[in-house]
Amino acid sequence: MERRTLPGRLTWQLGEVVTTQPETARTKSITLIVPNWMGHQAGQHVDVRLTAADGYQAERSYSIASPPEEAPRVTLTVERLDDGEVSPYLTEELRVGDKLELRGPIGGYFVWEAQMGGPLLLVAGGSGIVPLMAMLRHRAAAGGSVATRLLDSSRSYADIIYRDELDRLVKNTTMLEVVHTLTRAQPPGWTGYHRRIDPEMLREVAWSSDQRPLTFICGPTPFVETAAASLVTLGHDPARIKTERFGPTGEA
Amino acid sequence: MSEGFFSRGFRSRRKPSDESGRLPPGQYLERGFPVLSAGPTPHTPLANWDFSIVGEVDQPKRWSWDEFHALPRETVTKDIHCVTKWSKFDTHWEGVSLDTLLAQVESSASYVIAFSDGGYSTNLPLDEVLGGQAWVVDTYEGQPLSPQHGGPARLLVPHLYFWKSAKWVRGLRLVAEDEPGFWESLGYNNHGDPWKEERYQGD
Repeated sequence: MERRTLPGRLTWQLGEVVTTQPETARTKSITLIVPNWMGHQAGQHVDVRLTAADGYQAERSYSIASPPEEAPRVTLTVERLDDGEVSPYLTEELRVGDKLELRGPIGGYFVWEAQMGGPLLLVAGGSGIVPLMAMLRHRAAAGGSVATRLLDSSRSYADIIYRDELDRLVKNTTMLEVVHTLTRAQPPGWTGYHRRIDPEMLREVAWSSDQRPLTFICGPTPFVETAAASLVTLGHDPARIKTERFGPTGEA
Repeated sequence: MSEGFFSRGFRSRRKPSDESGRLPPGQYLERGFPVLSAGPTPHTPLANWDFSIVGEVDQPKRWSWDEFHALPRETVTKDIHCVTKWSKFDTHWEGVSLDTLLAQVESSASYVIAFSDGGYSTNLPLDEVLGGQAWVVDTYEGQPLSPQHGGPARLLVPHLYFWKSAKWVRGLRLVAEDEPGFWESLGYNNHGDPWKEERYQGD
């Protein structure tokens, strides 16, 4: 595993919300201007801290969706968890003009920069697309042509996060392929995959192991376990597979 | 810089008092058991598994799986705290104390580097893994530790953030000079005390 040192100290900063954009029924993108943003790499996350009037605080981590090129604008895409403490506030209460306290960027391993090359294999489950979208946006902003494939698993067509932008990226950039699988419901005439990811799907979509793709997998734990284990079984080098998981064991 | 700031429209959800004293700053109580790993889950057959103590020791030490299981075992109940903000109370583990393992070697080292299958490592001061503070555990809630959670065996150092409790641990390297492990090289705090909220470099 390669290393990279991130120097400096992460202090809490206030960003101002400049736009909010619903992505699906459960997810919303929040764009902040963070005046002293130190820059980030695609794939990193931030800590967000909410403070109530009585001093009570709650902290959570969220992946950055925007590419480094948009700094000091930083976009987070947040999925609302019904029993959550922070995500309902971010998706339903927070509005343009509000301030949000955050610190980052955090995480120096699950990152991709254009000069790291490829081919690049991205495997996303649900809102696991968010840090991978930062990589695709960085790839586009850098004018890169690294051969890239995204396998994106969503519950239904309406649950595909960034659907229109992904379509545009495929049309407007070279060497990018996006494959969707819809696990619960498919629109009439859907000809794509309609099941959970499995070794067979990865065999069909992933680069072959002798092309040594650099792979990033993000999603719920069982999704990441299946994707990573499938690729290792197909002969991919575990050291070229980077993962980020969320949610407890056994969560669907 | 944001002293006095509060989040418009955010309401306090004070926890019952029995929880609040046990939750370090910035943490929330989690009922499940989230999994965080930087790469694919290793699956090392028990026949190939061993645990070793190497580095600045009089004589390196190595235990096979069966030899490891013949060592005196302890059961411990601990609260655990992950740097990603979740804490889990009263987790039950079974394994071998690092006091027992390290008693088998002579060393003047001051630091320990735990190393794992898959290339992971983490560094700890020696005096924070002795005196009933750290274990190599192979059993969680009465069941063999699953690979996702670090099985066949992981380190358990519950007084520090959980990335210090290295999954898939295969040994300890004793060193005179401290050296950062995997996450400690990638922006995370070198020490990781949850009660001091030592999450990242400079905290």
